[in-house]
Amino acid sequence: MSIIEDKKSLSNVKVVTANEAVALAVKCAKVDVVGAYPISPQTSIMEYLTKYIETENIPMEIVRVESEHSAMAVAMGAAAVGARAFTATASQGLLYMAEMVYWVGGSRLPVVMAITSRAMGAPWILGNEHTDVLLPREWGWMVLFPEDNQEVFDTIIQAYKLADTTLVPVVVGLDGFILSHTTMPISIPDQSIIDNFIPKNTPKPYALNTEDPFTHGNAVHSNLYLEFRHNIFKTIEDSEDLVDEIDKEWSKLTGRSYGGVIEEFLLDDAEVAVLVMGASSGDAKEAAKKVREKYGIKAGVIRLRSIRPFPVKRLSKIAQKVKAIGVFDRNMSPGLGGMIATEVKFALYDLKNRPIVQSYIGGLGGKDVKIADFENILVELKEMVDGKREVEKVKWVGLDLAAIEKFLEEV
Amino acid sequence: MTSIKQLPYEEYFLAGNGSCPGCGLTIGLRNVLKALGKNVYMVVPASCSSVVQSPFPNSSATVPLLNTPFAASAAAASGMVRALKIMGKDAVVMVWAGDGGTFDIGLATVSGAAERNEDLLYICYDNEAYMNTGGHRSSATPLGTFTGTTPTGKRENKKNVPLIMAAHGIPYVATASIAFVTDLYDKIMKAKDMKGFRYIQIYSPCTPGWLLPTEKSVESAKLAVQTGIYPLFEIEGGIFKISAPSKAYLKKEKRKPLHDYFKIQGRFKHLKEEHIKLIEQWIDQMNEEYAALDGKKIF
Amino acid sequence: MKVLIPKSKPAKGAVGKTGLWRTSKPVVNHNKCIKCVICWAFCPETTILRFEDNSVDIDYEYCKGCGVCANECPVNAIEMVED
Repeated sequence: MSIIEDKKSLSNVKVVTANEAVALAVKCAKVDVVGAYPISPQTSIMEYLTKYIETENIPMEIVRVESEHSAMAVAMGAAAVGARAFTATASQGLLYMAEMVYWVGGSRLPVVMAITSRAMGAPWILGNEHTDVLLPREWGWMVLFPEDNQEVFDTIIQAYKLADTTLVPVVVGLDGFILSHTTMPISIPDQSIIDNFIPKNTPKPYALNTEDPFTHGNAVHSNLYLEFRHNIFKTIEDSEDLVDEIDKEWSKLTGRSYGGVIEEFLLDDAEVAVLVMGASSGDAKEAAKKVREKYGIKAGVIRLRSIRPFPVKRLSKIAQKVKAIGVFDRNMSPGLGGMIATEVKFALYDLKNRPIVQSYIGGLGGKDVKIADFENILVELKEMVDGKREVEKVKWVGLDLAAIEKFLEEV
Repeated sequence: MTSIKQLPYEEYFLAGNGSCPGCGLTIGLRNVLKALGKNVYMVVPASCSSVVQSPFPNSSATVPLLNTPFAASAAAASGMVRALKIMGKDAVVMVWAGDGGTFDIGLATVSGAAERNEDLLYICYDNEAYMNTGGHRSSATPLGTFTGTTPTGKRENKKNVPLIMAAHGIPYVATASIAFVTDLYDKIMKAKDMKGFRYIQIYSPCTPGWLLPTEKSVESAKLAVQTGIYPLFEIEGGIFKISAPSKAYLKKEKRKPLHDYFKIQGRFKHLKEEHIKLIEQWIDQMNEEYAALDGKKIF
Repeated sequence: MKVLIPKSKPAKGAVGKTGLWRTSKPVVNHNKCIKCVICWAFCPETTILRFEDNSVDIDYEYCKGCGVCANECPVNAIEMVED
């Protein structure tokens, strides 16, 4: 029976939250060591993993550490001797382990980390926001962002392939609460497919051992540090094709493709498009369909799946045809604009006929962003193309200044 | 009790490393590695040892060594231990950390690893300050000591981390000294094959940081024991036991005068008589308490 | 894919010819030496070489001239000489 036919078999299908999908993928990836620390909304990932270990006796070591900093340190220590390592965190936890995340990036250790996106305080907030997922892109990690629970499972597996091949650690982001706590059906491939896709016997020049001892991470003189960082830069920059290839290979084995670095939705003839990451892409896709129906606007969605490597080549190709891109950032670079909008503009600036790029910021702290909001964006983009609306540095979605007016204080 | 002549010939930490002349930590590390042999993984957090290893592309260590950020050593070592276990590799994982990375910034991490009773050998070489930054107070700095951030003398007493570690219920805790190398060697030999979390703290003079003439590095360590300032003991299975080099000095009349210890180190030269009296009171009390604990199950 | 991993290999003199650091050097008087190897046990630099018969000698290429050996020798068989 071919893999495609087998996919239809209900015995492979589980109805799970994205957190459980992460845990199942970590189990299927035969991860050796996990650094575990609870933080909403990723905690249930650790609950599932400890359940598998304690009730199913899977060969996995879980270290129930005393802080997130130690969770990443555990993953690092394990990866440093050649074991497959994993941890998960969000928000405050990511900030607490920041030093370790940067260190792992510089170490060239193939760690995979799931981040269930969550806004950060002060003030205290649990709601969904992408800022935490995006921070490690500055710290020498690659960042992938799936849209739904099936893709979350698949992307964790793909992340190990990417990490093992490039010796760059990988973040897999997933929308906090929206995906982490929402159930969807997923199909789990045969274990042999996963074993062959991410074998453990890859070359490990970074793995400490007693037969050929070396020291890892000792000091480097200033005149060579630049070259170490350049190697990381180049590896990530050169991995745009690799992300596409891994997606293609996975698609041959499972029948599922996500477009590699970007999922292109209705872009063949699109004049305007929303660029968006994660779960909101579903709403953006609905909006594009509606806007075509209602107004005949040729709208599409650029679903950014890989933030690092940033898909400069693919985006440039898309930008040859699309006339206006509304970048929806569920994050911000304070005082300037959306983080991804800034990067899109950087990537496209030198094109001969570059499109309009409008930065939209919304959904911070989990504020609801609706299909109608994406429809508005697409309509506005069309107005900009037709010269009927000015492009602004930043536009805000769902900003309700009236609600906080009375709390403002004079200084 | 091993004799000096019985210490193994093999060297694991090479000459021409980045340590200061007379450095206490390299004296300790050489002898610790003689006890552990080749089958050891070292985990080293930010500390003098990070620099003593020498820079890329060379290293003075001949055993596999992982450098980690400051607070992370015990956690990285925990991950390493579990990985080696699941990979079926049998080796000792040793953390080699300074007092800064153990007493202060790394305390939560060390405590976590001890509470989980990870199969680790954690060694803290205690040079009584953040020496890698040039000599700045840590909670291991003794009362009255000059450092860059306590220019008129530290007002707080030394934190008793060995007892804190013993309170975790771990199988083995010990204090040792680079001046008593065979005692140190024997303690490592005992601890290396044990299961669970083992904590050994080694008194390690720092010649520049203590404003100590380089040749007096071992001498000051000897005096630290002979004046009762740094008692050597073990807490094995919760039972407190004073070590042979310190046994006699539990008695005040056998202890050498504190002035002998203070006068050779520039970091104490500002101490007045009333300060020394205060410090002496504290040392007397500590030795009385340890004498009372000797042979008893305390945790 | 060509990757640059921050790893270093064991090497003697990793920081350089540290013998150049010293201002005085230890000289062993082999007639006085009682072959107790205490100096060898305490050398911070691994530059005292211990031989099968427990006699010792100095590796002057890397000896930093700290003087611990001279200070600890129980029979004053090591003298620190200006260098």
